[in-house]
Amino acid sequence: MSALIEARDVTLAFGGNPALRGASLAVDAGDILSIMGPSGSGKSTLLHCLGGILVPDAGEVWLDGRRIDTLDEQRRSALRRDAFGFVFQFGQLVPELTAEENVALPLLLGGTRRAAALTEARSWFGRLGLDGLQRRRSGELSGGQAQRVALARGLVSRPRVLFADEPTGALDSLTGEQVMNLLVDAARAQGTTVVIVTHEPRVAAYADRQVIVRDGQTSPLTVERVGS
Amino acid sequence: MSIPLTLLGLLEREASHGYDLKREYDSLFGRGKPLPYGQVYSTLARLARDGKIIAGEAEPGAGPERRRYVITEAGATEFETWLTEAVPPEPHLQTTLFTKVVLALMLGRDAHAYLDTQRLAHLRRMRELTDLRRGGEIVDVLLADHGLFHLEADLRWIEATSGRLDQLAEKVRA
Repeated sequence: MSALIEARDVTLAFGGNPALRGASLAVDAGDILSIMGPSGSGKSTLLHCLGGILVPDAGEVWLDGRRIDTLDEQRRSALRRDAFGFVFQFGQLVPELTAEENVALPLLLGGTRRAAALTEARSWFGRLGLDGLQRRRSGELSGGQAQRVALARGLVSRPRVLFADEPTGALDSLTGEQVMNLLVDAARAQGTTVVIVTHEPRVAAYADRQVIVRDGQTSPLTVERVGS
Repeated sequence: MSIPLTLLGLLEREASHGYDLKREYDSLFGRGKPLPYGQVYSTLARLARDGKIIAGEAEPGAGPERRRYVITEAGATEFETWLTEAVPPEPHLQTTLFTKVVLALMLGRDAHAYLDTQRLAHLRRMRELTDLRRGGEIVDVLLADHGLFHLEADLRWIEATSGRLDQLAEKVRA
């Protein structure tokens, strides 16, 4: 099987400081991959390059046989909106919007009519154990609830790839576990490929494969799920 | 895991047959490593010899011979003492991991590569335990948690060591 998303020898420096020095990885469709590594190793930078948020200085990023690092900002923005979902450490919900409006946001930005977008958004609340919280704003949600709303927002447009950067980093271990179970179940149910950046081994252990980044380079060793 | 003391604990609750003890042991503590019948009966025989349990008369039946085992006062005391003692918190000061890292550095080998290999082996095991945990009952969940937390502690050590290999290399090559 050819990879759905792939980084090839990606290099990126910030103000002369190298963050990535020839990082490569490939993720097959429907797989869950975790990127691990110490703080400052370049793992989040690699995720941002894969997700079209950052453009590498050198190297290539491919999505489903199409090179995406050479797209202009407008096309990358459309790609992020249409093909990718994102979940960050702190939910980063829009505080002025209700939970259901936050979830509906990617659909609204993609041109779905408001009523249809909200109907689709609401269908996620039961699935993620958020019933009754549809009209709350982010300030009225617990950390775990906010992160589940962010997860619903990341998945609502049925993205090809969901990028999760330390998705449980701000949660206690039990809440983090709930979020990871939901993330994995929901992604598998709709066939979304997932790339998770984490420094927590327990989070990485949910993935089918793990890649380690150190000093801006991916380890040549990866762990494959037995039987995959 | 002390099998004799665990069997004593099961008998402390109620007198039981060897077959039932094995079944209960396997369901709570076996986790893919069932207790062989031979080991159950040899352990029970030793406990009986040492006066910690008493084997009842053979009970008639169609199948193999069955005896009910009953815990004695000596057995109950030994079990009680064991149960209330803290397990020694092992400091693991000289682990195989540490030894391999030091030797790799001393001999000019790639200690980072070794740590990566070890890290991935730990992650693989963590993933197996996470799978077990996700589909499991509370017993599986808690047993898997115990394994996961220990593996996680090792991984933290691997992480810390990985960040200080240069310092350690200076020390061991001095």
